[in-house]
Amino acid sequence: MDADLTIGRNHSDGRQRRLAPWADPAARPLVRFEGVSKSFAGVRAIESLSLDIFEGEFFALLGPSGCGKTTLLRLVAGFESPDAGRVMLDGQDLAGVPPHRRPVNMMFQNYALFPHLSVAGNVAFGLKQDRLSKQEIAARLHEILALVRLDGLQGRKPHQLSGGQRQRVALARALVKRPRVLLLDEPLAALDKNLRAETQFELMHLRERLGLTFVIVTHDQSEAMTVADRICVMDQGRVVQVAPPAVVYEQPNSRWVAGFVGDVNLIEGRVVSSDGNRLVIESAGVGRIHLAATVDFARPGDTVWVALRPEKLSLMHERPASGEANCASGRVSDIGYLGDRSVCKLALDSGFEMKIALANNARSIERTVVWNDRVWVTWPQAAGVVLTR
Amino acid sequence: MPGRDHKNANWLLRLAVIVPYLWMATFFLAPFVIVLKISFSHPEIAQPPYGPVLDLTAGIDGLKAFFGDLAAKNYEFLAFDWIYVSSFFKSLQVATYSTAMLLLIGFPLAYGIARAPRRWQGILFMLIILPFWTSFLIRVYAWINILQHDGLLNAILLSLRIIERPLVWLATDTAVYIGIVYSYLPFMVLPVYATLEKMDETLLEAAADLGCPRWKTFWLVTWPLARKGVIAGILLCFIPIVGEFVIPDLLGSSSTQMIGQTIWTEFFSNKDWPVASALAIVLLCLLIVPIVTYQQMQMRAVERGH
Repeated sequence: MDADLTIGRNHSDGRQRRLAPWADPAARPLVRFEGVSKSFAGVRAIESLSLDIFEGEFFALLGPSGCGKTTLLRLVAGFESPDAGRVMLDGQDLAGVPPHRRPVNMMFQNYALFPHLSVAGNVAFGLKQDRLSKQEIAARLHEILALVRLDGLQGRKPHQLSGGQRQRVALARALVKRPRVLLLDEPLAALDKNLRAETQFELMHLRERLGLTFVIVTHDQSEAMTVADRICVMDQGRVVQVAPPAVVYEQPNSRWVAGFVGDVNLIEGRVVSSDGNRLVIESAGVGRIHLAATVDFARPGDTVWVALRPEKLSLMHERPASGEANCASGRVSDIGYLGDRSVCKLALDSGFEMKIALANNARSIERTVVWNDRVWVTWPQAAGVVLTR
Repeated sequence: MPGRDHKNANWLLRLAVIVPYLWMATFFLAPFVIVLKISFSHPEIAQPPYGPVLDLTAGIDGLKAFFGDLAAKNYEFLAFDWIYVSSFFKSLQVATYSTAMLLLIGFPLAYGIARAPRRWQGILFMLIILPFWTSFLIRVYAWINILQHDGLLNAILLSLRIIERPLVWLATDTAVYIGIVYSYLPFMVLPVYATLEKMDETLLEAAADLGCPRWKTFWLVTWPLARKGVIAGILLCFIPIVGEFVIPDLLGSSSTQMIGQTIWTEFFSNKDWPVASALAIVLLCLLIVPIVTYQQMQMRAVERGH
């Protein structure tokens, strides 16, 4: 699987693809969490967590609120210290290093712009702490403001800026010191949807241009998938899965990940037979399911779950000719029209409910499927993922 | 009818604006004009103890005679008598020093309360406010008890063997400063606390993140953001301290008077209403500068939407 082994996603085919650092056993991590635990007033925020982040990565920490992802970021920034375990940067333990001596910078969720300072004052704040010369500060200021398209706004105070402009000031302020790691805490949460989508791409391009390591915290799975090279899915202070976006989406390692990242139909069943690359599962919901999957963990009699993404399913009005594909019949119980696609809910004859996403790729106002239609749902043998937890 | 409702609402709004103006005119502007008038008259052994007196029954001639009789010689008198100039200086000096002390004590106090855990803030705040529930006069009298020769302060210092024989506290400048700083502390703490409490604490984290050590963060972030409250506190303390009468009268010595005491003496002991009025007008003119500055600052803050 390509996505698993290479870094960056805008290489043209002609360019040499290099091995992703997380797939390279010789690579040394830039940030390393080693058995880190942290509690607040007796409540566990992080539980013996280990994680490696590599140089040049765009790494996303994804999870529901309260899963400990922001705590992880604050541990790197130095605002919190671990109760147990070590946080390392470049192979050095960060314990005892105060925040103002760490070569990392953070972009805060509320931006934390200094209200009494102008845009230039805010952005140059960090440079002044490094006692750089006036010319150097002016040059770096000019460069970064051009990069985030804020030139001409140097003299404005934060309260005179729009939300998007404030977000860019915060980004410039964190970037201008050229940190070893840039920490982004829900950086786009306060922006409206269109601006957010646009800014996601800008962040990616910025990272490519500057070659820095970005660690972003987000609860928005589509944001994580858009920007990140790798996503760390977290729940209740633990890492559930660390993988590139496509792997997290197409090969989730648990029902929890499958359900958190995107929409999914989860079908519980029992393994009937398994012959290495073909699996037959008997389920109460949709009957017998044939899967083309190489799994060595499922034995006949095991309880497993089949995860089916709604967009991998198709609808037909006729019973499909018996072939390789799986199928089940039911009645359309709900249709949601979303413009680019429609989401159908299907009540199967067994009582099981399935979600199906239909791409609206023909420009037609007439609906092909309507309420209460009796339909067949089919999916190829390679469409489903088998999960054991 | 909507048109009529609108008219009514307009009328009510006007009334709401007129009432405070009327109040100010009756109880502040009119007395001020009377004091201003008296300050230009001369003392007489009569009832009232000054002249000329405006006699409206005498018509235009009466008015002419009245205005012809007014003179600014009270003000000349003030400028050339050292007693008055020195008591003005004394007042400004006491106000300046005690405001500085209030800031030195009040700022850390406000900072401590604002940074205390949420559940403690209410209690700490209460401790600052609580003395206000007792009469101001009673609290100053209590200080007489504490500061007198066989008072609490001397008793404590003696028992701790810090001093060997009782010190004189009462009727000194020290006593006046103690009294003033004690009485005005909340006026410094409250506005400073209000600005510090509003301050976003992630700003401190942001400063640290950008490489700023803690002591420097105080000067670069906390202090500039607290400045509005500090200026409000300084003015809220300085202005009334300049005119303070009760505290220096009860705790201070009679040898050096603050301006409030001088006005009182002129008015009640010397029965020289015109000079007392002139003093009051000069005091007002001295204080109007910081008062107007403060008001404009408030207006600008309101305009900026803070």
